[in-house]
Order: sequence, then structure tokens, then C-alpha cells
Amino acid sequence: MSVRCREVDVAVVGAGPAGLAAAAAAAEAGRRVLVIDQSPRAGGQIWRHRDEGSLGRVPRALLARVASAGVTVLTGTTVVDAVSPRQLLVEGVDGVEVIDTTALVLATGARERFLPFPGWTLPGVAGVGGLQALLKGGTSFRGKRVVLAGTGPLLVAVAAALADAGARLVLVAEQAPWRRVTGFALHAFTNAGRLRDALRYRWAFARTPYVTDAWVTAADGDTRLRDVEVRTSRGTRTVDCDWLGCAAGLVPTIELAQLLGCTVERDRVRVDSMQSTSVTGVWAAGECTGVKGDAAALAEGEIAGRAAAGDTPGATSAALVRARDDGRLLGARIDAAFSLRAELLNLAAPDTIICRCEDVRRDAIDPAWTPRQAKLWTRVGMGACQGAVCGPACSALFGWAANTVRAPLGAPSCGAWQAALTPPALPGPPSPVRQAPEVDPHQGPAD
Amino acid sequence: MIGSPDVIVIGSGVVGAMCAMQLAESGLAVTVVEEGFGGGGSTGAAMGHIVVMDDSAAQRDLAAHSRARWGEILPTLPVDPSYDQCGTMWLAADDEELAIAGARAAAYTAAGVGAEVIDAHSLAALEPALRPGLAGALLVPGDGVCYPPAAARGLLMRAQAAGATLLQGTAASITTGRVVMADGSKLHAGAIVIAAGIGSNRLIPALPIVPRKGHLIITNRRPGMVRHQLVELGYLASAHGMGAASVAFNVQPRPGGQLLVGSSRELVGFDASINRELCGRMLTRAISMLPDLAAAAVWRTWTGFRPATPDSLPLIGKWLPVDGVWIAAGHEGLGITMAPGTADMIVASIMGTPAPLDIAPFDPCRAMPAHEAFA
Repeated sequence: MSVRCREVDVAVVGAGPAGLAAAAAAAEAGRRVLVIDQSPRAGGQIWRHRDEGSLGRVPRALLARVASAGVTVLTGTTVVDAVSPRQLLVEGVDGVEVIDTTALVLATGARERFLPFPGWTLPGVAGVGGLQALLKGGTSFRGKRVVLAGTGPLLVAVAAALADAGARLVLVAEQAPWRRVTGFALHAFTNAGRLRDALRYRWAFARTPYVTDAWVTAADGDTRLRDVEVRTSRGTRTVDCDWLGCAAGLVPTIELAQLLGCTVERDRVRVDSMQSTSVTGVWAAGECTGVKGDAAALAEGEIAGRAAAGDTPGATSAALVRARDDGRLLGARIDAAFSLRAELLNLAAPDTIICRCEDVRRDAIDPAWTPRQAKLWTRVGMGACQGAVCGPACSALFGWAANTVRAPLGAPSCGAWQAALTPPALPGPPSPVRQAPEVDPHQGPAD
Repeated sequence: MIGSPDVIVIGSGVVGAMCAMQLAESGLAVTVVEEGFGGGGSTGAAMGHIVVMDDSAAQRDLAAHSRARWGEILPTLPVDPSYDQCGTMWLAADDEELAIAGARAAAYTAAGVGAEVIDAHSLAALEPALRPGLAGALLVPGDGVCYPPAAARGLLMRAQAAGATLLQGTAASITTGRVVMADGSKLHAGAIVIAAGIGSNRLIPALPIVPRKGHLIITNRRPGMVRHQLVELGYLASAHGMGAASVAFNVQPRPGGQLLVGSSRELVGFDASINRELCGRMLTRAISMLPDLAAAAVWRTWTGFRPATPDSLPLIGKWLPVDGVWIAAGHEGLGITMAPGTADMIVASIMGTPAPLDIAPFDPCRAMPAHEAFA
């Protein structure tokens, strides 16, 4: 397998709002910019689409900006290793490439958290993000009975999308108490745009009850989902449905940052006010630095892109910083209002599968064990997903910290990794990092 | 405070756990001292092969005896050790290596270990994923693979069922009849067995054991692609040298369908980081032998430390400088294989009963070839 090499000034990993904003900003500052994303199309999870016509005004404008700024977008491509912050190994359908870059922006986003409960592995049970992806991928929900349960604004947005697509939305169960949901709404809806969105979403599924203080305790069915058990303040009842979408929040995707040695706090990449990580030459933006939504992600990406391009004054533009801080504030409010209740962390029964790759039941794991002991003794987290799904679940159940990370990432083919690690493709010991743009040391961590 | 046991076993990797089980089942009161968890050290990083190697007659006899004993022990463990008697296929690249395979087959047969030479045609039928052009192989059908952490855990559970006590903690020093723990507490016993692998010379600095680092790569599930454990005949040459980093081709089919790809040997102290250059060399070699491996996905990599001795034989038996102390350590890459025979010899030596094997070649006080790695 031959290995191509590509030299750029700024490499951006992730083509969601933060990554696209970073790429556009860096390219407009005159840098050669490459964006790498696993999906077949740019946009990230939030702007997943099949054709650009289906996108909203903001993503269309940003994609146009990225294109006119001359950014190269490499989709269908996974970062499988980072020999240093200056050398990424990527694998795509065309094989393997070594990316030699001066600056690196991580915009790796977040993934859904799954909290196991009896029946959560039945076909028909998915994350709300997964349902949204199925919908955007062309799966028909017309006439299907859908229950959405979990927490946060995503629940409402997906409910609207499914209702628009003709689903028979039976119930939307929000686990947070009514008082916290309304408290959040009072703050959030002082912004006219957010209020408009919320009203439009709620109107879309106006005939479906949106119940607070309610959550799904179990799913049942023989070969696929038949009904769910819902607990509300008025007791427990069974609700028949074809699909259950769960929303237990998002978990920042931080493996590449961990591999590079970036400081991680509370399972998110730590950045300063310029979006700089603890590793020189590496910036991070968007959900990988903490989940806070697309508005803040766009602002963070813009700041990170400018900083990575060496445009320090641009990165501290007052309007950008304000947009970012507003977004972060909203994120903090979401975290507080929609924090998961203890009952949700502990729904798994003794015989509930915790790790579906290796078929590990909850009662196979002694909570007194260390994560490594549990892994070696039960093989929890050792399967295809390498703990991407069960890791956050085990954090909730057993208090485990995020997995440690070793090269490679993202399950490259043996042939690709071998080719990239074999001279002359494998760069020698990393050359000294070129002087990175100056960062004001007096501006402490913003997060 | 616990009562004084007859024996304290320090370490519960597969060797320590096996010693604890056999001592307890022989009727002795046993306390196992473990600072982490059973099988969490070199055992947890090991490939898990139960394989008769014949680098020397002593090695071959201990491995052959142990392999037979594993056959009795594995089915009785209270947790599934994922044992698969897949056999070992030692691959001959050319006629010269095939001649070596023939000589080794004769030596195995003479020692009562089943082995046969496979010609190129049969090899291609038995392992169709191998590259064309190999000269043949030496097949040792009685070899197998297991999942070592589960085996260690199962052995410990059996030891406990026979009355052994597990003590979580770090042994700081030993003298005759006494173990002082890191927290200052003291344990007393008539016999102390040091089975702490690469940590053994923390307790007895004179033990000639160094950590010999290895890398492993595990793939996604490719059921049926490889049927036997595949090793190149040049493996022993790689295992021998104590010089620069070396790699040798070794691929195992795991019971879940994954392929476990080895192997490397390095002397770099306790640096556990992934050496990408060595991973690249391991994969280059493995893909040259198994071209389809190029399409398999790498799920995970890790490193481990083999407890190596200067003459590639383990240290088993009485440690004469300190009365009442026995050593069961230094098995390098054969700790899983050799655990049962090691424990048999330790039990016989402590209880004064006849040993099933000649223990002399493993005497921890034996003269060793000088090597700077052990200076």
C-alpha cells in the first residue's frame, strides 16, 4: 500500500460547525487548510444531510464560505494515529495519507451517551441522535409509533423532526422536573430566535404529550421493541411503540486529544480563552471541549481557526468572544437544568447487558473492582466499539474515569497502519515544534 | 490480623495463582499477597499460548508436563478460560527451515510430544490464508491458547475454595518466616513463595530477572481465517537474542474470532508506551505471511513485560540465601504454559514429596551466563 503525504498549514479534525468555522477562518487568514471528517459529507452530526438543499441558512452559508476560502475537505476519512501534533495518519477509501501540518485544530464533537436499562439492546431502541440519523438517511417513520425519552432540548428538536416526517409520536418523556425545565425556558427564551425555534418544534408535535418528571424504566419485546415502561409522578404505565429514542446527553469525543497528551478535565478537552489546548500547536473547539450547542461551537471554531492561523487579535474580537460566552452560558444552563437524576444511572438490572459487544451483564462486574480489573476479568469494553458505548455507561454505573488511549484510533486496517508506520512514510522522531502563535499567558483557562 | 498460614505466596499472576491453588489443595494453609488483582500483571498482557517449546530439553520437558496438567486443570476452573486446542503450526520458509522442522519433529516425538511435518501442499490446505511459497511446517497439535486473566482468576477462586486467603497489599521485604508489608504490618509463615514475576527482584535484588517488553495487536473478528497458532520457525532465534529490538511472526486465532498478532522483544526497562516503529515491523512481517491480514482492522494494541532470565529458563525452587524462601518466577514468555509444572515442583519441594520433574535445571541459585542486561 502506497502512502501519500500532504503538507498543510492548518489541519482541522471534524467538519461540524466548529471545524468548518475554524477551517474558514484559518483559510481566510491565508493559510492552507485541510478538514478531515469521517462522514461522507461535511456538516457533522448536527448538520447531517443528503443534499445541501435540505440544509438551513447558517450551514449553507458556512459551507459556501469554506469552499470560497479554498479549504480542502477530506470526507470519509478517519484520523487513525497522531505521531505528533504535526503528523497525522489518516485512512480513507483511497488508502492512507500522512498529513504534515504546522497547526492542528480538534473539532471532534461529541457522541450520544447510552445508559443501560432492561431491554435497551432490543432492535427498535436507539439514541435520539441515531433516530435523527436514520431519518436523514432515508428511513421512513411514517405512521410508526415513537416514544422519545431522556432529557434536554435535543429531545424536542428530534420530536419535531419525527412528527414532520409523519411519525405517530406517542409520548415525549423529559426526566427533568417541571420547575427546572420552565426555569431553563425562562432564561433561554429571552433570545427571540431560540423562542421561535422552541415554539415551532412544540407546534410540530402539538398533539403529543410532553411530560416532565418522566422516564423510561424498561423496554420489552420478543425479537424487537413492543412496549416501554414509563414512570411518571402518577405511577408506572406501559406504552406500546415501534421505536424508542433515548437522550441521555452527549459525551465529548476526546480520544485524539488524549493521544496527543492534551490535558482533559471532566472528560472534556481543556482550552484557554484562545481555544488553545495544553499542547503547543493544538487548538480545540466545539463539543469536544464541553457540550454547549452549535452557536458556541461556531464561535469557538472561528476563534480557534484564527488563533491557529496566527491571527491573535482577530481571535479575540469582542463579538466572537461574546457569542462564545453566551453559548457557553447556555450550555452551562442546559447542564444544570437537564442533569440526569440518580434513578436513571441505576436502571440496569443484574442481568442487563452492559457491554453489548462482549455480552457482559451488569452482575458480572463487581463495583469494587478497578476498571482495568473489570476489563481483564470480564472483557467489558474490549469489543468492536472499544468502550465507546459502554464506557460512559460504566462511568455512570461504577464511577469509572474515561478510557486511556493508545495508538491507533478508529480501527484502521492493519495494512493502512502498517504502511503509515513503515519508512519512508513514518516520519522519524518528531521535529521540534515550530514557534506557535503567541498566547497571552495572563488570560487563564476560559472553561 | 490473620492467623499465621503455612505458606505465603507473593503474587497472583498465573504462576502465583497456580502455586496457591496447588498448595491449598495439598492441605496447606495459604495466604496470597497481591498488590493489584489476579492476572493483572504480565499474565494480563500475555498471548495465552500453552505451547511446548524445545529451546532446551529442560524447557521442553517442563512445558510438555505442564501442557498435560493444563488439560486436567482447565476444564475444572469456575470461570471459562476460553481454551482452544488449536495446535501450533511452526512455519518453514524454505527447505533449510523445513529440515529444521524435521529434526524438531523427531526430537518432539522422542520426548513423547506429538508432532508432525506438514508439506507445502497440506499446509496450504490447512491454512489457506498463508502466503504461497512456504516450504511446509511443523505441526504440534496438542498446543492451545487460553485467555490468561480468566485462567488466573479461576485458579484463585479454586485456591480460595480450598481455604486460601487473599490479602490485598504490597510486600515490602522478606526474611525467613516473615513478610513485611508496605503498610508496616507483618505476616508470618513457615514458607514464602515469591511468584511476583517482573516484580520479584524488588524483594530479592539478586534474582536475575529483567522486563522484556513485548507488543501485541488485536484485530476485529475474522472467524476461520486462521485455524492454528502460526509461528515462524525463526521465532526461537528472536527469542534468544538479548540484543536490539526484534520481531517475529506469531498470529493466534482467538476464540471470539479475533486475531492476536505478535511479537516483539525489547529491553527498555518499564517503559510501557507503544513503539510505533516496532508495530510497523510486526505488521509488515505478519502481512507478508498472511496477506489478507492487511484488510483486518486493528482494534487495540498493548504492551507487556516478560520476566526474562539470562538463560531463558525460569527460576523455580529453594532460594538458598534465605531459609524458607522459594522462587517461582522468571518464565519470560512461557509463564502461562509452565505454570502447572512450576507449581508441582514448588509443592514437592515445600512438602518434601517426589517431584514429577527434575527441578535442578531451574535452581534459582544456578550459575547464569553473564549479560549486561542483568548487571
